Amino acid sequence: MLRNTRSEALVAFILIAPFVAIYGLVFIYPLVKLFIISFTDAPLIGDGTYVGVENYTRLVGDRKFNTSFWNTAYFVLLTVVPGTLVAFGIALGVNRLSGRIQALVLSLFFLPYILPVSVVYYIWDWTLNLQFGVAMHVFDLFGIPRVPVFKSTTWFMPAVAVVTIWWTAGFSILLFLAGLRAIPVEIYEAAALDNAGIWSAFRRITWPLMWPITALVLTIQLILQLKIFDQVYLFSIGGRVNDNLVMVYYIFQRAFQSDQGGRAAAIAVVLFFMVIIVSVLNFQLTRLSGGRNR
Amino acid sequence: MNAVTARRLNVAGLIITLLTVICAVLWAFPLYWGVVSSLKPEDEVIRPYIELWPDTLTFSHYVFALTETEIGRWYINSVVVALAVTFLTVGSSLLCGYAISQLHFPFRNALWWLILASFMVPLQTLIVNHFELVASLGLLNTWAGIVLPQLIHPVIIIVYKQFFDSVPKDFREAAVMDNASEWRILTRVYIPMNWGVTAALSIVCFIWAWNAFLWPFLAVTKTNMMTITVGITQVNDAFGLSYARQLAAAVLAGMPVALAYLIFQRRVTQAITLSAGIKG
Repeated sequence: MLRNTRSEALVAFILIAPFVAIYGLVFIYPLVKLFIISFTDAPLIGDGTYVGVENYTRLVGDRKFNTSFWNTAYFVLLTVVPGTLVAFGIALGVNRLSGRIQALVLSLFFLPYILPVSVVYYIWDWTLNLQFGVAMHVFDLFGIPRVPVFKSTTWFMPAVAVVTIWWTAGFSILLFLAGLRAIPVEIYEAAALDNAGIWSAFRRITWPLMWPITALVLTIQLILQLKIFDQVYLFSIGGRVNDNLVMVYYIFQRAFQSDQGGRAAAIAVVLFFMVIIVSVLNFQLTRLSGGRNR
Repeated sequence: MNAVTARRLNVAGLIITLLTVICAVLWAFPLYWGVVSSLKPEDEVIRPYIELWPDTLTFSHYVFALTETEIGRWYINSVVVALAVTFLTVGSSLLCGYAISQLHFPFRNALWWLILASFMVPLQTLIVNHFELVASLGLLNTWAGIVLPQLIHPVIIIVYKQFFDSVPKDFREAAVMDNASEWRILTRVYIPMNWGVTAALSIVCFIWAWNAFLWPFLAVTKTNMMTITVGITQVNDAFGLSYARQLAAAVLAGMPVALAYLIFQRRVTQAITLSAGIKG
């Protein structure tokens, strides 16, 4: 084709200009700045002086940093694999339904995912309310002693994890459903002809064919849950904040409550690399496990 | 297959189906419970047993939230912010996705890699710098300030690029033969072809923006500039010590996105599957 490549490039530059402008301003520039101020003693707003790696070395003996790091890890442990399994199980059940019932049931499972975190917070704060919460009535019924779940250090993270799984499962369920629908029916028919039961059909057909999707959901969950903040912050209101710190919460505390932008940036850089390492590792793993998984 | 196996399969299948339906009802129960509680008078809300339907139905908590608090103002803030984020993100991503997909220009691959890489960056780590940036522009406590850092959604551009890639080359060649300008080709050929995608991406982008918490929470300190998602959690005294009022406010905050989902169900699920499929 005889097109004027020069004018084509000009048109292209005009088309990408808005995006590049936005990206430069709110992505590239803040990202570069993040690394720079992590080596300074800058306050939240304004410049600081260069202090070398001091912000980083201080993290090693920092009790709050340790709390936030281990709480984040604990939260990831409580949500990623259990959440994926729950979603997988629900998807298998929903996949067996058909027509309007399937649409309705899927909506019931999916609706929480659409809601803002503050709505989720109020709903569960009410459901688990120590005095009037409907969950406590159920506890009474089974003779389980009532617990102020969000005020107890032991139960805080597990409770937030349950709420988070409830809130976000809809997303994973959708992915699993898309995967289940892509499996050709003929395979199951052939298996049925060979007298395979539900269980062996699941183990020999569904599970291996769904493994790539499961890996995908696990990765998305892992990256997502490493960045947890909103729920932990909201449920901590009026509680023991410092026991519930997670990494983004600690960044927030350092920057916005202690006015230490440089030290907050150092924590952010650590989290940044944790997420990047997980992403890259996953990318390499899916590559190594054969191009078959796309 | 013989009759015995078939019957066993049917029974097992029926049990699984029943279990799924029961689980779905239990799953959605907290939502139902929240809504129903918001419709009960205060003394009924705190009765020590489970009451699935109020004795007296009341909308007084909604009336209170709408008239006695700044929730109306927060609604306006949320609508403006979410629409602006949607319009700017989808618009700029569409143009850029088209350019990367269909046009040759220097640094095209570099730009594409940058977008793919930005996918991995956890935006929560940028809050300190976003705050400094928005503050230095004098945009704290303004709509623009809430909008600006929310415009990073690389997924949308990636989905667009893939869709434009999948349009057969013949369309483009025919249009070029007719001497159509690049802008005409885009608006008359490519965009109409992808209306479904644009609609789906716009709806989920709106939902993301409406639900955003961390950044709007940081960018705003003035009560009258809060978005509804943030406002209802930050102003405890606005609702007094009343569970029903808080729940009514929560229902009001969740209503637009819940309705958007119920009306555009298929588009929402389509967009989410699309944007996640990319990640693999």
